[in-house]
Amino acid sequence: MSDYQTHQYDVLVIGAGGAGLRAAIEASGAGVSVGVICKSLLGKAHTVMAEGGIAAAMANVDDRDGWQVHFADTMRGGQYVNNARMAEIHAKEAPERVRELEAWGALFDRTKDGRILQRNFGGHRYPRLAHVGDRTGLELIRTLQDHGIHQGIQFHMECTVTRLLQDGDRVVGAFGYDREKGRFRVFTAKAVILATGGIGRAYAVTSNSWEYTGDGHALAYHAGADLIDMEFVQFHPTGMVWPPSVRGILVTEGVRGEGGVLRNSAGQRFMFDHIPDNYKPQTADNEDEGWRYCQGDKAARRPPELLTRDHVARCIVREIREGRGSPHGGVFLDISWIKAHVPDGEAHIRKKLPSMYHQFKELAGIDITKEPMEVGPTTHYAMGGVRVDAETQMSSVPGLFAAGECAAGLHGANRLGGNSLSDLLVFGKRAGEHAALYAKRTTQGEVDGGVLDRTAAEALAPIERQGAANAESNPFAIQHELQEAMQRLVGIVRLESEMREAVTVIAGLAERARRVSAPGNREYNPGWHTALDLDNLLTVSEAVTLAAIERKESRGAQFREDYQEKSSVEGQVTIVIRKAGDGTMRVTRETLPPLSPEHQAIIDANTA
Amino acid sequence: MARAIFSIWRGDQSGGAMQDYVTEVSEGMVVLDAVHQIQAESAHDLAVRWNCKAGKCGSCSAEVNGKPRLMCMTRLSDLPLDEPVTIEPMQAFPSIRDLVTDVSWNFEVKTKIKKFTPRPPDAADGTWRIAQEDVERVQEFRKCIECFLCQDVCHVLRDHHLHDAFIGPRFLVYTAALEMHPLDVEDRLADLKEAHGVGYCNITKCCTKSCPEHITITDNAIIPLKERVVDRFYDPVRRLLRVFQG
Repeated sequence: MSDYQTHQYDVLVIGAGGAGLRAAIEASGAGVSVGVICKSLLGKAHTVMAEGGIAAAMANVDDRDGWQVHFADTMRGGQYVNNARMAEIHAKEAPERVRELEAWGALFDRTKDGRILQRNFGGHRYPRLAHVGDRTGLELIRTLQDHGIHQGIQFHMECTVTRLLQDGDRVVGAFGYDREKGRFRVFTAKAVILATGGIGRAYAVTSNSWEYTGDGHALAYHAGADLIDMEFVQFHPTGMVWPPSVRGILVTEGVRGEGGVLRNSAGQRFMFDHIPDNYKPQTADNEDEGWRYCQGDKAARRPPELLTRDHVARCIVREIREGRGSPHGGVFLDISWIKAHVPDGEAHIRKKLPSMYHQFKELAGIDITKEPMEVGPTTHYAMGGVRVDAETQMSSVPGLFAAGECAAGLHGANRLGGNSLSDLLVFGKRAGEHAALYAKRTTQGEVDGGVLDRTAAEALAPIERQGAANAESNPFAIQHELQEAMQRLVGIVRLESEMREAVTVIAGLAERARRVSAPGNREYNPGWHTALDLDNLLTVSEAVTLAAIERKESRGAQFREDYQEKSSVEGQVTIVIRKAGDGTMRVTRETLPPLSPEHQAIIDANTA
Repeated sequence: MARAIFSIWRGDQSGGAMQDYVTEVSEGMVVLDAVHQIQAESAHDLAVRWNCKAGKCGSCSAEVNGKPRLMCMTRLSDLPLDEPVTIEPMQAFPSIRDLVTDVSWNFEVKTKIKKFTPRPPDAADGTWRIAQEDVERVQEFRKCIECFLCQDVCHVLRDHHLHDAFIGPRFLVYTAALEMHPLDVEDRLADLKEAHGVGYCNITKCCTKSCPEHITITDNAIIPLKERVVDRFYDPVRRLLRVFQG
């Protein structure tokens, strides 16, 4: 066995966004040694991009709210294929997780009586999102970071994991490299928590940064864990569409929460045209009522712009396809119209949506207090991921836990806005707690030196293949072609024949990825890093495509042109992705456990 | 489509040089797009740090045409493209490679600042009551995305290399956010005066001008901290009192 820099911990956390940091804080507080690995610098993870807020039924603004309503909203938003126990735990524990952030220094916007203010958001019946203007994610990650650095946690910044290490089935560590020098690192641990976020980089138009290559999904898959719900990829309805270089950057749902409206090129508020039956009783049927809702009128129903993300995204696509789009292939999102209805309108918009104002002003030359934005759907979030136990967040592989976006279950077929930040706090904490408990009951495992050497050799192969650098073997080109294919063939509107084509394309790209080459040396070499991420991107792309083919219905984020309706049969099914003994990807169907009578009663009472 | 020349610093701790790259420029492009395009086309190993590409994470700090900028928020249409656009790494930190610098010192400094310590909760349920205006006073400082451009331009760090004696504008803003936090009860003034070297700042306001989040670093954070230190340690009556009290 070669000489690797080694680190030993009780609990190893991979990822330092909200879920990873919250897990690390909890595990460390339980008295075990904790190491955190992050692909970027500390505090830069995608959590900083979360804008709107943290969903928690604190009932500070509307005392009709409570965990039961939040639970029912989450289940309905997820089209009832969620893990109901996770949705229950999430709704019950989110308020305490938010209050705890305040005790660690977070400063949320306030109500008049000095409590945490909550705002409206899509799919949430009452104002529920604790927020700080439109930079809630930054407040959350910075609070966790600044608290975490005093907890005795060891941070390994700019370090990437390429493989989980196993002793038999059990996960006992991870193998990776540091970006700075390209040195290999071996981490051994009694328990490993994946908190690696999403898969957005598998698509051409995405709100996600370079990091979101499905690392945790792929690491877990190769270690033998089950992935579920992979067909459900959330396309956020409002990403920037112009200029081309900013296409995909997120425009917060908070714009609509503050009264922003969607219009087509004819100036119509097209969201009124098609309101799903199960949301009709709670949705405004005229513009005046919608605006009164945004102003806090408790008797008013919410405007249709605040329907769930899957629905809004599909309506936008319909407008564009039918020729009523904006000049650059989106639709119009207008917040400037509220100026006439609130005192000191322009200042009000800037105060409520400071970073949106800044983003459009600097990147698109648009003043959102004066003119509408052009927006269109952007790949945003993976509902699918590692199947975990609702109580402990342990995966189907012993010693391996997952939390946050890379875990699955809570959101079902569609995530509600604001439920991501609460998800990563609630289940990050649980993962940390239970990983620490697991670590206390077990010992360090054995790592096979031969595996380390083979893993290292695989990782070095792209650099050693330097001679053949051409378009065929260019890692950036392979990544780009994959993104274009997934966007075109497994995007927001899906068709079996196109997805079959995607399977073929992915297989071809996987073949090329085996011959990928990265000129240069091991020191901070983005070509090499991109080459090493390809396997993860290809794995999750294949998983998304196969699961999407298997689910023969339209539900939540999955819209099938060839199966346009929801199916009561498919609604009872979870699609599971697992690595077969021969190394191929296997898709199986499992029957969802029925809702308990208690859960059903809460849903019935709160969705009328 | 126009083509433009980008002159990018390539090298590491042992030295380096500017190297020219030509690439297509399209509407709306920012400097980071050009760097990525060059990376994908002709310089696969060109090292650059970035994440969100939306001015929210503070990773892609560099010096563009000699000015401290986030590459993702610097539009090419705002730069003269008839001459090469120069892109260099931040100068106040050691080089790692190309546009990437070693900013780990900043993370070490932060751990030395006494952490947030709240007063006991105001309500029986463990929560606090805070007025919106008290929140807003500190929110300006909490907007900081830790891009470290203010540290890069601060001459105490950049020219005088007093990294051991001065925490720099970023961490004075951080300290101000804690000191002015409506719930915090910790006292950081002695540290500010001694180990953190607030006195080294002579208010040239370079940091304020460089801040992509438009935080009024000098006027709103550093000067109030300096005043608190002066009130505590240099007020003649208090000095006299300290003499008598031993």
